[in-house]
Amino acid sequence: MTQDTTLSFDVERIRADFPVLHQEHSPGHPLVFLDNAASSQRPAAVIDAMGDYYRRYHANVHRGIHKLSEAATAAYEGSRKKVKRFLNAKSKREIIFTRGTTEGINLVAQTWGRVNLGPGDVVISTVMEHHANIVPWQMLAAQTGFDLRFIPFKADGTLDMDAFGEMLDTLPVKLVTVMHGSNVLGTINPIEQMAQMAHDAGALILVDGAQSVPHMPVDVRALDVDFFVFSGHKMVGPTGIGVLYGKRDLLEAMPPWMGGGDMISVVRLSGSEWNELPYKFEAGTPSIAEAIGLGYAVDYLTEVGLENIHAHVEMLTDYALERLAEVAGLTVYGPETGRGGLAAFTVDGIHPHDMAQLLDAEGVAVRAGHHCAQPLHDELGISATTRASFYLYNTKSEIDTLVESIEKAKRVFKL
Amino acid sequence: MDNMYRENILDHGMNPRNTGVLDPATIDYEVKNPLCGDRLRLTIRVDENNIITGVGWDGEGCAISQASASMLGEEIMGKSLDDVQALTKDDIYTWLGIPISANRVKCAMLGLKALNVGLYGLEYWRDLQDREEEDEE
Repeated sequence: MTQDTTLSFDVERIRADFPVLHQEHSPGHPLVFLDNAASSQRPAAVIDAMGDYYRRYHANVHRGIHKLSEAATAAYEGSRKKVKRFLNAKSKREIIFTRGTTEGINLVAQTWGRVNLGPGDVVISTVMEHHANIVPWQMLAAQTGFDLRFIPFKADGTLDMDAFGEMLDTLPVKLVTVMHGSNVLGTINPIEQMAQMAHDAGALILVDGAQSVPHMPVDVRALDVDFFVFSGHKMVGPTGIGVLYGKRDLLEAMPPWMGGGDMISVVRLSGSEWNELPYKFEAGTPSIAEAIGLGYAVDYLTEVGLENIHAHVEMLTDYALERLAEVAGLTVYGPETGRGGLAAFTVDGIHPHDMAQLLDAEGVAVRAGHHCAQPLHDELGISATTRASFYLYNTKSEIDTLVESIEKAKRVFKL
Repeated sequence: MDNMYRENILDHGMNPRNTGVLDPATIDYEVKNPLCGDRLRLTIRVDENNIITGVGWDGEGCAISQASASMLGEEIMGKSLDDVQALTKDDIYTWLGIPISANRVKCAMLGLKALNVGLYGLEYWRDLQDREEEDEE
Protein backbone atom coordinates (compact mmCIF):
# COMPACT_ATOMS: atom_id res chain seq x y z
CA MET A 1 0.00 0.00 0.00
CA THR A 2 1.40 3.36 -0.97
CA GLN A 3 1.54 6.16 1.56
CA ASP A 4 -0.45 9.29 0.75
CA THR A 5 -0.65 10.88 4.15
CA THR A 6 1.66 13.49 5.54
CA LEU A 7 1.34 15.28 8.86
CA SER A 8 -0.51 18.27 7.42
CA PHE A 9 -2.42 16.58 4.63
CA ASP A 10 -4.72 13.59 4.87
CA VAL A 11 -5.90 12.68 1.39
CA GLU A 12 -8.58 10.31 2.69
CA ARG A 13 -10.14 13.14 4.69
CA ILE A 14 -10.03 15.33 1.58
CA ARG A 15 -11.66 12.60 -0.52
CA ALA A 16 -14.49 12.33 2.00
CA ASP A 17 -15.42 15.93 1.11
CA PHE A 18 -16.02 15.14 -2.59
CA PRO A 19 -19.26 13.20 -3.14
CA VAL A 20 -18.56 12.39 -6.81
CA LEU A 21 -15.52 10.31 -5.88
CA HIS A 22 -17.57 7.84 -3.84
CA GLN A 23 -18.97 5.86 -6.75
CA GLU A 24 -17.99 3.05 -9.00
CA HIS A 25 -17.22 4.05 -12.57
CA SER A 26 -18.49 0.64 -13.67
CA PRO A 27 -18.84 -2.70 -11.89
CA GLY A 28 -15.53 -3.53 -10.24
CA HIS A 29 -13.86 -0.27 -11.20
CA PRO A 30 -13.73 2.66 -8.79
CA LEU A 31 -13.71 6.08 -10.45
CA VAL A 32 -10.15 7.34 -10.95
CA PHE A 33 -10.61 10.97 -11.93
CA LEU A 34 -7.46 12.28 -13.63
CA ASP A 35 -9.01 14.99 -15.83
CA ASN A 36 -8.61 17.85 -13.38
CA ALA A 37 -6.84 20.22 -15.76
CA ALA A 38 -10.05 20.25 -17.82
CA SER A 39 -12.33 20.67 -14.80
CA SER A 40 -12.00 19.61 -11.18
CA GLN A 41 -14.66 18.11 -8.91
CA ARG A 42 -16.47 20.00 -6.11
CA PRO A 43 -16.57 19.46 -2.36
CA ALA A 44 -19.95 19.21 -0.65
CA ALA A 45 -19.36 22.63 0.91
CA VAL A 46 -19.51 24.30 -2.52
CA ILE A 47 -22.49 22.28 -3.74
CA ASP A 48 -24.37 22.91 -0.49
CA ALA A 49 -23.64 26.65 -0.52
CA MET A 50 -25.20 26.97 -3.97
CA GLY A 51 -28.19 24.85 -2.99
CA ASP A 52 -28.61 26.87 0.19
CA TYR A 53 -28.74 30.11 -1.82
CA TYR A 54 -31.41 28.71 -4.12
CA ARG A 55 -33.42 27.20 -1.27
CA ARG A 56 -33.28 30.06 1.21
CA TYR A 57 -32.38 33.45 -0.19
CA HIS A 58 -32.42 33.64 -3.98
CA ALA A 59 -33.11 37.14 -5.26
CA ASN A 60 -31.44 39.51 -7.67
CA VAL A 61 -28.46 41.45 -6.37
CA HIS A 62 -27.84 45.21 -6.08
CA ARG A 63 -31.51 46.00 -6.63
CA GLY A 64 -34.17 44.92 -4.23
CA ILE A 65 -35.12 46.79 -1.09
CA HIS A 66 -36.04 43.57 0.61
CA LYS A 67 -34.50 40.98 2.89
CA LEU A 68 -33.70 38.28 0.31
CA SER A 69 -32.04 40.68 -2.08
CA GLU A 70 -29.94 42.07 0.73
CA ALA A 71 -28.85 38.57 1.73
CA ALA A 72 -28.03 37.63 -1.87
CA THR A 73 -26.08 40.87 -2.39
CA ALA A 74 -24.14 40.33 0.84
CA ALA A 75 -23.20 36.78 -0.22
CA TYR A 76 -22.28 37.84 -3.77
CA GLU A 77 -20.14 40.76 -2.60
CA GLY A 78 -18.75 38.61 0.20
CA SER A 79 -17.35 36.28 -2.45
CA ARG A 80 -15.67 39.23 -4.13
CA LYS A 81 -13.94 40.07 -0.86
CA LYS A 82 -12.82 36.45 -0.46
CA VAL A 83 -11.31 36.48 -3.96
CA LYS A 84 -9.65 39.83 -3.24
CA ARG A 85 -7.90 38.35 -0.18
CA PHE A 86 -7.12 35.10 -2.03
CA LEU A 87 -5.18 37.01 -4.73
CA ASN A 88 -3.90 39.71 -2.38
CA ALA A 89 -5.42 42.39 -4.61
CA LYS A 90 -5.37 45.95 -3.27
CA SER A 91 -9.11 46.54 -3.61
CA LYS A 92 -12.27 44.52 -4.17
CA ARG A 93 -12.98 46.93 -7.02
CA GLU A 94 -10.17 45.20 -8.90
CA ILE A 95 -12.09 41.89 -8.89
CA ILE A 96 -14.44 41.54 -11.88
CA PHE A 97 -16.64 38.45 -12.02
CA THR A 98 -16.71 36.88 -15.49
CA ARG A 99 -17.94 33.61 -16.95
CA GLY A 100 -14.41 32.23 -16.91
CA THR A 101 -10.85 32.64 -18.15
CA THR A 102 -11.90 32.93 -21.79
CA GLU A 103 -14.33 35.75 -21.06
CA GLY A 104 -11.72 37.58 -18.98
CA ILE A 105 -9.23 37.59 -21.86
CA ASN A 106 -11.90 38.67 -24.35
CA LEU A 107 -12.96 41.46 -22.00
CA VAL A 108 -9.42 42.88 -21.85
CA ALA A 109 -8.98 42.47 -25.62
CA GLN A 110 -12.24 44.23 -26.45
CA THR A 111 -11.84 47.10 -23.95
CA TRP A 112 -8.21 47.87 -23.17
CA GLY A 113 -7.06 46.31 -26.44
CA ARG A 114 -9.54 48.08 -28.67
CA VAL A 115 -8.52 51.47 -27.27
CA ASN A 116 -4.78 50.89 -27.05
CA LEU A 117 -3.76 48.58 -29.89
CA GLY A 118 -3.47 49.61 -33.53
CA PRO A 119 -1.18 49.53 -36.56
CA GLY A 120 2.49 49.59 -35.52
CA ASP A 121 1.82 48.01 -32.11
CA VAL A 122 2.90 44.51 -31.12
CA VAL A 123 1.31 42.00 -28.75
CA ILE A 124 3.44 39.04 -27.63
CA SER A 125 1.96 35.69 -26.71
CA THR A 126 3.55 32.22 -26.67
CA VAL A 127 3.52 29.11 -28.86
CA MET A 128 2.43 27.01 -25.85
CA GLU A 129 -0.71 29.09 -25.27
CA HIS A 130 -4.28 27.76 -24.90
CA HIS A 131 -6.54 28.83 -27.78
CA ALA A 132 -8.32 31.15 -25.31
CA ASN A 133 -5.21 33.34 -25.24
CA ILE A 134 -4.54 33.24 -29.00
CA VAL A 135 -7.87 33.56 -30.77
CA PRO A 136 -9.21 36.73 -29.02
CA TRP A 137 -5.98 38.50 -30.00
CA GLN A 138 -6.13 37.22 -33.58
CA MET A 139 -9.71 38.50 -33.81
CA LEU A 140 -8.75 41.90 -32.42
CA ALA A 141 -5.62 42.11 -34.63
CA ALA A 142 -7.86 41.62 -37.67
CA GLN A 143 -10.05 44.49 -36.42
CA THR A 144 -7.43 47.04 -35.34
CA GLY A 145 -4.30 46.05 -37.30
CA PHE A 146 -1.64 45.36 -34.65
CA ASP A 147 1.00 42.67 -35.01
CA LEU A 148 0.78 39.42 -32.97
CA ARG A 149 4.02 37.54 -32.21
CA PHE A 150 4.71 34.34 -30.27
CA ILE A 151 7.56 33.40 -27.94
CA PRO A 152 8.84 29.93 -28.89
CA PHE A 153 9.53 27.22 -26.32
CA LYS A 154 12.68 25.16 -26.06
CA ALA A 155 13.14 21.39 -26.33
CA ASP A 156 12.88 21.11 -22.53
CA GLY A 157 9.39 22.65 -22.62
CA THR A 158 10.36 26.02 -21.10
CA LEU A 159 9.90 29.39 -22.79
CA ASP A 160 12.83 30.78 -24.75
CA MET A 161 13.51 33.77 -22.50
CA ASP A 162 16.36 35.00 -24.74
CA ALA A 163 13.95 35.23 -27.65
CA PHE A 164 11.46 37.02 -25.37
CA GLY A 165 14.10 39.54 -24.32
CA GLU A 166 15.07 40.16 -27.90
CA MET A 167 11.43 40.71 -28.94
CA LEU A 168 11.04 43.26 -26.13
CA ASP A 169 14.27 45.00 -27.18
CA THR A 170 13.50 45.21 -30.89
CA LEU A 171 9.70 45.48 -31.23
CA PRO A 172 7.20 48.15 -30.12
CA VAL A 173 5.52 45.77 -27.66
CA LYS A 174 2.44 47.07 -25.83
CA LEU A 175 1.20 43.87 -24.22
CA VAL A 176 2.60 40.50 -23.19
CA THR A 177 -0.13 37.89 -22.73
CA VAL A 178 1.01 34.55 -21.33
CA MET A 179 -0.22 31.49 -19.46
CA HIS A 180 1.06 30.94 -15.91
CA GLY A 181 0.97 27.14 -16.12
CA SER A 182 0.85 25.15 -19.36
CA ASN A 183 -2.14 22.82 -19.66
CA VAL A 184 -0.12 20.37 -21.80
CA LEU A 185 3.57 20.67 -20.94
CA GLY A 186 3.00 21.44 -17.27
CA THR A 187 5.57 24.23 -17.55
CA ILE A 188 5.30 26.95 -14.89
CA ASN A 189 6.31 30.15 -16.62
CA PRO A 190 8.47 32.70 -14.72
CA ILE A 191 5.74 35.35 -14.44
CA GLU A 192 7.46 37.63 -11.93
CA GLN A 193 10.51 37.89 -14.20
CA MET A 194 8.38 38.27 -17.35
CA ALA A 195 6.31 41.03 -15.71
CA GLN A 196 9.44 42.93 -14.80
CA MET A 197 10.88 42.54 -18.30
CA ALA A 198 7.59 43.64 -19.88
CA HIS A 199 7.32 46.69 -17.62
CA ASP A 200 10.96 47.66 -18.26
CA ALA A 201 10.09 47.66 -21.95
CA GLY A 202 7.01 49.80 -21.34
CA ALA A 203 4.53 46.97 -21.96
CA LEU A 204 1.71 45.59 -19.83
CA ILE A 205 1.29 41.91 -18.95
CA LEU A 206 -1.83 39.75 -18.84
CA VAL A 207 -1.56 36.33 -17.21
CA ASP A 208 -3.85 33.35 -17.82
CA GLY A 209 -3.93 31.71 -14.40
CA ALA A 210 -6.43 28.94 -15.22
CA GLN A 211 -3.87 26.21 -14.44
CA SER A 212 -1.96 27.96 -11.66
CA VAL A 213 -4.58 29.37 -9.28
CA PRO A 214 -5.96 25.92 -8.35
CA HIS A 215 -2.49 24.66 -7.46
CA MET A 216 -0.33 27.35 -5.89
CA PRO A 217 -0.59 30.55 -3.88
CA VAL A 218 -0.90 33.51 -6.26
CA ASP A 219 -0.15 37.05 -5.11
CA VAL A 220 -0.97 39.47 -7.93
CA ARG A 221 0.88 42.31 -6.24
CA ALA A 222 4.05 40.29 -5.65
CA LEU A 223 3.94 39.12 -9.27
CA ASP A 224 3.18 42.73 -10.30
CA VAL A 225 0.89 41.65 -13.14
CA ASP A 226 -1.49 44.12 -14.79
CA PHE A 227 -4.26 41.66 -15.60
CA PHE A 228 -4.81 38.16 -14.21
CA VAL A 229 -7.65 35.84 -15.24
CA PHE A 230 -8.85 32.42 -14.08
CA SER A 231 -11.89 30.11 -13.87
CA GLY A 232 -13.78 28.74 -10.90
CA HIS A 233 -14.37 25.24 -12.21
CA LYS A 234 -10.73 24.13 -12.20
CA MET A 235 -10.34 25.12 -8.52
CA VAL A 236 -13.18 23.07 -6.98
CA GLY A 237 -15.66 25.86 -7.77
CA PRO A 238 -18.64 26.06 -10.14
CA THR A 239 -18.63 26.36 -13.92
CA GLY A 240 -19.83 29.64 -15.41
CA ILE A 241 -17.86 31.85 -13.04
CA GLY A 242 -14.36 33.28 -13.29
CA VAL A 243 -12.38 36.31 -12.31
CA LEU A 244 -10.61 39.14 -14.06
CA TYR A 245 -8.19 40.96 -11.78
CA GLY A 246 -6.91 44.27 -13.15
CA LYS A 247 -4.90 47.09 -11.61
CA ARG A 248 -7.41 49.72 -10.62
CA ASP A 249 -6.00 52.63 -12.69
CA LEU A 250 -6.11 50.46 -15.82
CA LEU A 251 -9.68 49.29 -15.16
CA GLU A 252 -10.81 52.86 -14.43
CA ALA A 253 -9.47 54.05 -17.81
CA MET A 254 -11.01 51.18 -19.79
CA PRO A 255 -14.35 51.57 -21.52
CA PRO A 256 -17.05 49.03 -20.63
CA TRP A 257 -17.54 45.97 -22.82
CA MET A 258 -21.13 44.78 -22.58
CA GLY A 259 -23.81 47.36 -22.01
CA GLY A 260 -26.95 46.84 -19.97
CA GLY A 261 -28.28 46.95 -16.46
CA ASP A 262 -26.04 47.34 -13.40
CA MET A 263 -23.09 48.71 -15.42
CA ILE A 264 -24.49 52.25 -15.66
CA SER A 265 -25.01 55.11 -13.23
CA VAL A 266 -27.25 57.27 -15.40
CA VAL A 267 -29.11 56.34 -18.56
CA ARG A 268 -30.80 58.93 -20.71
CA LEU A 269 -31.92 58.54 -24.27
CA SER A 270 -29.18 60.96 -25.28
CA GLY A 271 -26.46 58.83 -23.65
CA SER A 272 -25.37 57.07 -20.48
CA GLU A 273 -22.75 57.28 -17.76
CA TRP A 274 -20.89 54.23 -16.51
CA ASN A 275 -21.12 52.77 -13.06
CA GLU A 276 -18.07 52.61 -10.81
CA LEU A 277 -15.78 49.59 -10.59
CA PRO A 278 -16.30 46.66 -10.57
CA TYR A 279 -19.93 47.01 -11.75
CA LYS A 280 -18.89 48.83 -14.96
CA PHE A 281 -17.82 45.42 -16.27
CA GLU A 282 -20.70 43.33 -14.90
CA ALA A 283 -23.67 44.09 -17.13
CA GLY A 284 -26.87 42.18 -16.51
CA THR A 285 -27.82 39.82 -13.71
CA PRO A 286 -24.61 37.99 -12.79
CA SER A 287 -24.07 34.30 -11.98
CA ILE A 288 -25.03 34.76 -8.35
CA ALA A 289 -25.08 31.14 -7.17
CA GLU A 290 -21.84 30.50 -9.02
CA ALA A 291 -20.13 33.53 -7.47
CA ILE A 292 -21.25 32.36 -4.02
CA GLY A 293 -19.98 28.85 -4.83
CA LEU A 294 -16.64 30.31 -5.90
CA GLY A 295 -16.35 32.04 -2.55
CA TYR A 296 -16.81 28.69 -0.79
CA ALA A 297 -14.24 27.10 -3.13
CA VAL A 298 -11.77 29.81 -2.09
CA ASP A 299 -12.58 29.07 1.55
CA TYR A 300 -12.06 25.35 1.00
CA LEU A 301 -8.70 25.71 -0.76
CA THR A 302 -7.55 28.24 1.82
CA GLU A 303 -8.51 25.94 4.68
CA VAL A 304 -6.65 22.97 3.19
CA GLY A 305 -3.82 25.31 2.28
CA LEU A 306 -2.50 26.03 -1.22
CA GLU A 307 1.01 25.16 -0.04
CA ASN A 308 -0.22 21.73 1.10
CA ILE A 309 -2.11 21.17 -2.14
CA HIS A 310 0.95 22.16 -4.14
CA ALA A 311 3.18 19.78 -2.17
CA HIS A 312 0.71 16.89 -2.53
CA VAL A 313 0.25 17.38 -6.28
CA GLU A 314 3.99 17.76 -6.76
CA MET A 315 4.52 14.44 -4.96
CA LEU A 316 1.89 12.79 -7.20
CA THR A 317 3.39 14.29 -10.35
CA ASP A 318 6.91 13.15 -9.49
CA TYR A 319 5.56 9.66 -8.78
CA ALA A 320 3.56 9.62 -12.04
CA LEU A 321 6.60 10.69 -14.08
CA GLU A 322 8.65 7.97 -12.41
CA ARG A 323 6.05 5.28 -13.08
CA LEU A 324 5.30 6.42 -16.66
CA ALA A 325 9.03 6.29 -17.45
CA GLU A 326 8.83 2.52 -16.82
CA VAL A 327 6.35 2.06 -19.69
CA ALA A 328 8.11 1.06 -22.91
CA GLY A 329 7.22 3.25 -25.90
CA LEU A 330 5.72 6.01 -23.75
CA THR A 331 6.82 9.64 -24.16
CA VAL A 332 5.92 12.37 -21.66
CA TYR A 333 6.10 15.97 -22.93
CA GLY A 334 7.32 18.97 -20.95
CA PRO A 335 10.00 19.82 -18.39
CA GLU A 336 11.39 17.10 -16.13
CA THR A 337 11.23 19.23 -12.99
CA GLY A 338 9.44 22.31 -11.68
CA ARG A 339 6.22 21.49 -13.46
CA GLY A 340 2.51 21.56 -12.73
CA GLY A 341 0.37 18.56 -11.82
CA LEU A 342 -0.15 16.89 -15.14
CA ALA A 343 1.49 14.57 -17.65
CA ALA A 344 0.62 14.65 -21.36
CA PHE A 345 1.95 11.61 -23.13
CA THR A 346 1.88 9.44 -26.23
CA VAL A 347 2.40 5.68 -26.52
CA ASP A 348 3.90 4.33 -29.74
CA GLY A 349 1.29 2.44 -31.75
CA ILE A 350 -1.80 3.67 -29.89
CA HIS A 351 -3.64 6.84 -30.87
CA PRO A 352 -4.35 9.05 -27.81
CA HIS A 353 -8.09 8.80 -28.46
CA ASP A 354 -7.97 5.00 -28.33
CA MET A 355 -5.81 5.20 -25.23
CA ALA A 356 -8.34 7.43 -23.46
CA GLN A 357 -11.16 5.04 -24.37
CA LEU A 358 -9.30 2.01 -23.06
CA LEU A 359 -8.35 3.85 -19.86
CA ASP A 360 -12.01 4.81 -19.40
CA ALA A 361 -12.88 1.13 -19.60
CA GLU A 362 -10.69 0.67 -16.49
CA GLY A 363 -12.40 3.56 -14.69
CA VAL A 364 -9.62 6.06 -15.40
CA ALA A 365 -10.87 9.44 -16.71
CA VAL A 366 -8.27 11.34 -18.74
CA ARG A 367 -8.43 13.72 -21.67
CA ALA A 368 -7.16 13.06 -25.20
CA GLY A 369 -6.69 15.50 -28.05
CA HIS A 370 -4.82 18.75 -28.51
CA HIS A 371 -6.24 20.25 -25.30
CA CYS A 372 -7.06 23.55 -27.06
CA ALA A 373 -3.36 24.02 -27.79
CA GLN A 374 -3.04 23.17 -31.47
CA PRO A 375 0.02 25.39 -32.21
CA LEU A 376 1.85 23.69 -29.34
CA HIS A 377 1.11 20.23 -30.76
CA ASP A 378 2.15 21.41 -34.24
CA GLU A 379 5.45 22.55 -32.72
CA LEU A 380 5.92 19.12 -31.11
CA GLY A 381 5.06 17.51 -34.45
CA ILE A 382 2.20 15.44 -33.03
CA SER A 383 -1.56 15.70 -33.54
CA ALA A 384 -2.68 14.77 -30.06
CA THR A 385 -1.68 13.55 -26.61
CA THR A 386 -3.35 11.75 -23.72
CA ARG A 387 -3.28 13.84 -20.56
CA ALA A 388 -3.54 12.72 -16.95
CA SER A 389 -3.90 15.65 -14.55
CA PHE A 390 -3.85 15.47 -10.77
CA TYR A 391 -5.42 17.33 -7.89
CA LEU A 392 -5.66 17.40 -4.13
CA TYR A 393 -7.89 14.30 -3.87
CA ASN A 394 -5.81 11.98 -6.08
CA THR A 395 -3.64 9.22 -4.65
CA LYS A 396 -0.53 7.29 -5.57
CA SER A 397 -2.57 4.12 -5.91
CA GLU A 398 -4.69 5.87 -8.55
CA ILE A 399 -1.50 6.51 -10.49
CA ASP A 400 -0.67 2.82 -10.16
CA THR A 401 -4.10 2.08 -11.69
CA LEU A 402 -3.31 4.51 -14.52
CA VAL A 403 -0.03 2.78 -15.32
CA GLU A 404 -1.56 -0.72 -15.10
CA SER A 405 -4.36 0.40 -17.42
CA ILE A 406 -1.86 1.78 -19.96
CA GLU A 407 -0.08 -1.59 -19.93
CA LYS A 408 -3.44 -3.30 -20.45
CA ALA A 409 -4.22 -1.01 -23.41
CA LYS A 410 -0.90 -2.01 -24.94
CA ARG A 411 -1.87 -5.66 -24.62
CA VAL A 412 -5.20 -4.96 -26.39
CA PHE A 413 -3.20 -3.42 -29.24
CA LYS A 414 -0.78 -6.38 -29.13
CA LEU A 415 2.16 -4.10 -28.33
CA MET B 1 -14.97 -2.27 -23.55
CA ASP B 2 -12.04 -4.24 -24.96
CA ASN B 3 -14.55 -5.61 -27.48
CA MET B 4 -14.53 -2.13 -29.01
CA TYR B 5 -11.10 -3.12 -30.24
CA ARG B 6 -12.10 -6.38 -31.90
CA GLU B 7 -9.92 -8.16 -34.40
CA ASN B 8 -11.41 -6.52 -37.54
CA ILE B 9 -10.96 -3.02 -36.16
CA LEU B 10 -7.40 -3.61 -35.06
CA ASP B 11 -6.71 -5.27 -38.43
CA HIS B 12 -8.05 -2.36 -40.49
CA GLY B 13 -6.86 0.25 -38.00
CA MET B 14 -3.28 -0.94 -37.96
CA ASN B 15 -3.06 -2.13 -41.59
CA PRO B 16 -5.44 0.18 -43.44
CA ARG B 17 -6.31 -0.63 -47.09
CA ASN B 18 -6.15 1.75 -50.07
CA THR B 19 -3.82 4.23 -48.42
CA GLY B 20 -1.95 6.76 -50.54
CA VAL B 21 -3.59 9.59 -52.47
CA LEU B 22 -4.46 9.29 -56.17
CA ASP B 23 -3.20 11.89 -58.63
CA PRO B 24 -5.03 12.69 -60.80
CA ALA B 25 -8.32 12.11 -59.03
CA THR B 26 -11.91 13.10 -59.74
CA ILE B 27 -12.35 14.29 -56.19
CA ASP B 28 -9.72 15.20 -53.61
CA TYR B 29 -11.14 16.27 -50.28
CA GLU B 30 -9.78 16.56 -46.75
CA VAL B 31 -11.83 16.59 -43.53
CA LYS B 32 -10.65 17.30 -40.02
CA ASN B 33 -12.08 16.61 -36.62
CA PRO B 34 -10.93 19.65 -34.63
CA LEU B 35 -11.84 17.97 -31.36
CA CYS B 36 -9.25 15.22 -31.51
CA GLY B 37 -7.04 16.30 -34.40
CA ASP B 38 -8.05 13.43 -36.71
CA ARG B 39 -7.49 14.14 -40.40
CA LEU B 40 -8.53 12.31 -43.53
CA ARG B 41 -7.76 13.16 -47.17
CA LEU B 42 -9.86 11.12 -49.55
CA THR B 43 -9.20 10.88 -53.30
CA ILE B 44 -11.55 9.05 -55.66
CA ARG B 45 -11.61 8.37 -59.39
CA VAL B 46 -15.01 8.15 -61.05
CA ASP B 47 -15.36 7.01 -64.68
CA GLU B 48 -17.78 8.27 -67.35
CA ASN B 49 -20.39 5.70 -66.27
CA ASN B 50 -20.32 7.08 -62.71
CA ILE B 51 -18.52 4.01 -61.37
CA ILE B 52 -15.78 4.41 -58.74
CA THR B 53 -12.60 3.03 -60.28
CA GLY B 54 -10.08 4.19 -57.75
CA VAL B 55 -9.92 5.00 -54.05
CA GLY B 56 -6.91 6.34 -52.19
CA TRP B 57 -6.66 8.05 -48.86
CA ASP B 58 -4.24 9.37 -46.35
CA GLY B 59 -5.03 10.15 -42.75
CA GLU B 60 -4.07 10.32 -39.15
CA GLY B 61 -6.24 9.31 -36.27
CA CYS B 62 -7.45 6.73 -33.83
CA ALA B 63 -8.08 3.08 -34.65
CA ILE B 64 -11.84 3.68 -35.02
CA SER B 65 -11.44 6.49 -37.59
CA GLN B 66 -8.73 4.70 -39.54
CA ALA B 67 -10.56 1.36 -39.56
CA SER B 68 -13.86 2.87 -40.66
CA ALA B 69 -12.13 4.81 -43.47
CA SER B 70 -10.34 1.66 -44.58
CA MET B 71 -13.58 -0.35 -44.59
CA LEU B 72 -15.40 2.42 -46.44
CA GLY B 73 -12.68 2.55 -49.12
CA GLU B 74 -12.93 -1.21 -49.70
CA GLU B 75 -16.69 -1.06 -49.82
CA ILE B 76 -17.08 1.73 -52.41
CA MET B 77 -14.39 0.47 -54.81
CA GLY B 78 -16.09 -0.59 -58.08
CA LYS B 79 -19.52 0.61 -56.95
CA SER B 80 -21.75 3.05 -58.82
CA LEU B 81 -22.43 6.47 -57.37
CA ASP B 82 -26.09 5.42 -57.12
CA ASP B 83 -25.09 2.59 -54.77
CA VAL B 84 -22.67 4.78 -52.83
CA GLN B 85 -25.37 7.40 -52.37
CA ALA B 86 -27.42 4.82 -50.48
CA LEU B 87 -24.74 4.29 -47.80
CA THR B 88 -25.73 5.43 -44.31
CA LYS B 89 -24.25 5.71 -40.85
CA ASP B 90 -25.88 2.39 -40.03
CA ASP B 91 -23.78 0.68 -42.73
CA ILE B 92 -20.62 1.92 -41.03
CA TYR B 93 -21.86 0.66 -37.66
CA THR B 94 -22.60 -2.73 -39.24
CA TRP B 95 -19.10 -3.04 -40.74
CA LEU B 96 -17.48 -2.03 -37.44
CA GLY B 97 -19.70 -4.57 -35.72
CA ILE B 98 -19.49 -2.91 -32.31
CA PRO B 99 -21.52 -0.35 -30.40
CA ILE B 100 -20.03 3.11 -30.98
CA SER B 101 -20.38 5.39 -27.99
CA ALA B 102 -21.56 8.98 -28.58
CA ASN B 103 -18.10 10.41 -28.08
CA ARG B 104 -16.66 8.25 -30.87
CA VAL B 105 -19.33 8.75 -33.55
CA LYS B 106 -17.32 11.54 -35.20
CA CYS B 107 -14.30 9.21 -35.42
CA ALA B 108 -16.37 6.47 -37.04
CA MET B 109 -18.00 8.86 -39.54
CA LEU B 110 -14.89 10.75 -40.67
CA GLY B 111 -14.60 8.73 -43.89
CA LEU B 112 -18.29 9.00 -44.73
CA LYS B 113 -18.14 12.75 -44.17
CA ALA B 114 -15.17 13.10 -46.55
CA LEU B 115 -17.01 10.97 -49.11
CA ASN B 116 -20.27 12.91 -48.94
CA VAL B 117 -18.73 16.38 -48.92
CA GLY B 118 -16.12 15.46 -51.53
CA LEU B 119 -18.60 13.90 -53.96
CA TYR B 120 -20.81 16.95 -53.63
CA GLY B 121 -18.46 18.54 -56.18
CA LEU B 122 -19.89 16.19 -58.84
CA GLU B 123 -22.98 17.29 -60.70
CA TYR B 124 -24.23 13.72 -61.01
CA TRP B 125 -24.02 13.31 -57.22
CA ARG B 126 -25.98 16.50 -56.59
CA ASP B 127 -28.61 15.35 -59.08
CA LEU B 128 -28.85 12.06 -57.20
CA GLN B 129 -29.42 13.91 -53.95
CA ASP B 130 -32.06 16.14 -55.54
CA ARG B 131 -33.84 13.07 -56.84
CA GLU B 132 -33.80 11.54 -53.39
CA GLU B 133 -35.28 14.66 -51.85
CA GLU B 134 -38.06 14.59 -54.44
CA ASP B 135 -38.73 10.95 -53.56
CA GLU B 136 -39.10 11.92 -49.93
CA GLU B 137 -41.70 14.50 -50.84
